[in-house]
Amino acid sequence: MRFSGLRILREGLTGNKGWTPHWRDPEPKAEYDAIIIGGGGHGLATAYYLAKNHGLTNIAVLEKGYLGGGNVGRNTTIVRANYMLDGNSQFYSHSLKLWENLEQELNYNVMLSQRGHLMLCHSDGQRDAYARRGNMMHSQGDTDAELLDRDGVRRILPYLDYDNTRFPIYGGLMHWRAGSARHDAVAWGFARGADARGVDLIQQCEVTGIDIEDGKVTGVQTTRGAIRSRKVGIVVAGRSGQVAAMAGMTLPIESHVLQAFVTEGLKPVINHVVSFGMGHFYISQSDKGGLVFGGDLDFYASYAQRGNMPMMEHVMEAGMTLMPMIGKSKVLRSWGGIMDMTPDGSPIIDKTETEGLFINCGWCYGGFKAVPGSGYSFAHLMARDEHHAPAAKFRMDRFRTGYGLMDEEATGAQHNLH
Amino acid sequence: MRIECPICGSRERREFYYQGADGMIARPDPDAGGEVWHAYLHLRDNPAGETRDLWYHEGGCGAWIVVTRNTVTHEVLGTRLASDAREAAS
Repeated sequence: MRFSGLRILREGLTGNKGWTPHWRDPEPKAEYDAIIIGGGGHGLATAYYLAKNHGLTNIAVLEKGYLGGGNVGRNTTIVRANYMLDGNSQFYSHSLKLWENLEQELNYNVMLSQRGHLMLCHSDGQRDAYARRGNMMHSQGDTDAELLDRDGVRRILPYLDYDNTRFPIYGGLMHWRAGSARHDAVAWGFARGADARGVDLIQQCEVTGIDIEDGKVTGVQTTRGAIRSRKVGIVVAGRSGQVAAMAGMTLPIESHVLQAFVTEGLKPVINHVVSFGMGHFYISQSDKGGLVFGGDLDFYASYAQRGNMPMMEHVMEAGMTLMPMIGKSKVLRSWGGIMDMTPDGSPIIDKTETEGLFINCGWCYGGFKAVPGSGYSFAHLMARDEHHAPAAKFRMDRFRTGYGLMDEEATGAQHNLH
Repeated sequence: MRIECPICGSRERREFYYQGADGMIARPDPDAGGEVWHAYLHLRDNPAGETRDLWYHEGGCGAWIVVTRNTVTHEVLGTRLASDAREAAS
C-alpha cells in the first residue's frame, strides 16, 4: 500500500475503507539470518537498512512491549547535527542527510520540519565556543551554521527576555537545517518499510537469554520460545545493561530518567527549536500547537519512566527565565524516558567479544536525531562485519584505552553529567 | 523523593548531590592496573531494582551517604554513612 495525496483523496471519498495494517503480526520462526533485540527507533531502522541495503530479509525484530513504545515515543523530537568532535560530527551529519530524504525513502510522512535550531549564548566565552562549534560544522560540510549576534537573535525571536541581568543574551548559533519530526511516525515508517521487505516484527516477545557456544552467538531464548541465529544485535537503550548481562557483559552505562513536557495547544508562537545556554532548557512547538520542552536528567540512576518534582520545577524555572511569555500556558502532560548514559556522553556501535553479537547503545539523551544514521551504520556493521565510516569511532574500547573519547561537554567520566 | 540522612534525618532530594554507584567508595590502589581502573571509572552493574548508590548531602551536613533504593519504583529502602559502609567493607 503506497501513500499519496491522490490515495488520501480517494479514501476520503470512499469512507476510508481501503487502508490496510502497516505491518503483519507474524509468529516467530525457529531460525533467522539475523535478530535485532529491541523494536524501538534504532532497532527498526537497523532492520530496515539490513533488508534494504544488504539484502538480509530473513530477519526478525524482537520487542518485549510494542513497537516504538520506548524512547522513540518519549522524547522532544529534535533533529540536529550541531556536534563538534571528530567521530560525532560526521555521524550526525550523515544522519541529518538521511532525515532530509526520509519521507521519500519510506513513503511515509514523518513530518520533518527543518525550522532551525538556535543555541543561545550568554557570555563571551560561550559565544567563542559556539563560533568554534559553528566552524567545525562548516568544516564538516554543514554550512547552514550561522553565528547570530544579539540583534540577529532579536529579529527572529523577539519574545525572549533580553534584559535578564543574570543571563543576558549575547547571541546564538543557528543551525538552519535542524528541526523536529513526528516521533511515532519515524518508528512506524521504518517498521512498515522493514515489514514490506519481509522482516518479521515480533511484539510481546521478551528476550530472556542469549545462547553462546564456543564464543559464538547461536540464538536467543524468549518468552515465545528459542530462536536460532548466528547474528544478534542488541539495541535496547536504557535496558542495555540487563540484555548485555545475558551475554556476560558489563557495560560502561548507567540508566537515568529524562523528563519532558507538553502544554495545551496554542496558536503558533515559537517558530524554531530554541535552547537556553545557561539552564539546559530546550523548546519547540508541535504542529498541534503544544509547547514541547525538556531539560536535564533527574540525575540519579532510574528505570522508572517518570521523574520527580525538583527537576520539573527546575525546567519550568529555566523556561520562565528565558521566555516569560509561556508562563500562562498550562502543562498538559509529562513523561520520562530511560537514557543509556555513557562516561563520555557519546554512543557505542560495535562488535562484542562474542562472535556474531553486536551492540548499539549509549545514546544518552541524543538518540532521536540519530535514528536513521544509527540504523544505517549498525546494519552495515552487522551485515559486513566492518564499521561504517561515519560511525567508525563509536567503539566500546575507547573507555578502556582512553583513546578516541568524545566528551562534547568536557564534563569527565561521570555518566550523569553528559 | 526524600532521603533519610543518618545525621540530619529525612530531607528532600534537592539537598543531595548524586555521585553514582556505591562502588565509587572502594577506590583502587593507584598501581592496580588499567583494567581495574577502567572498571572503577566506567563499568556499571546498572541494576533495574535494588541498588546502592552514593549521595552527598551538600545542602545539609556535608556527609557522604550510601543510599539503598529501588531504581524501578524510586523507593528509598535505607541509608548509612559512607564512612560506616567503607569500614564494614574493609
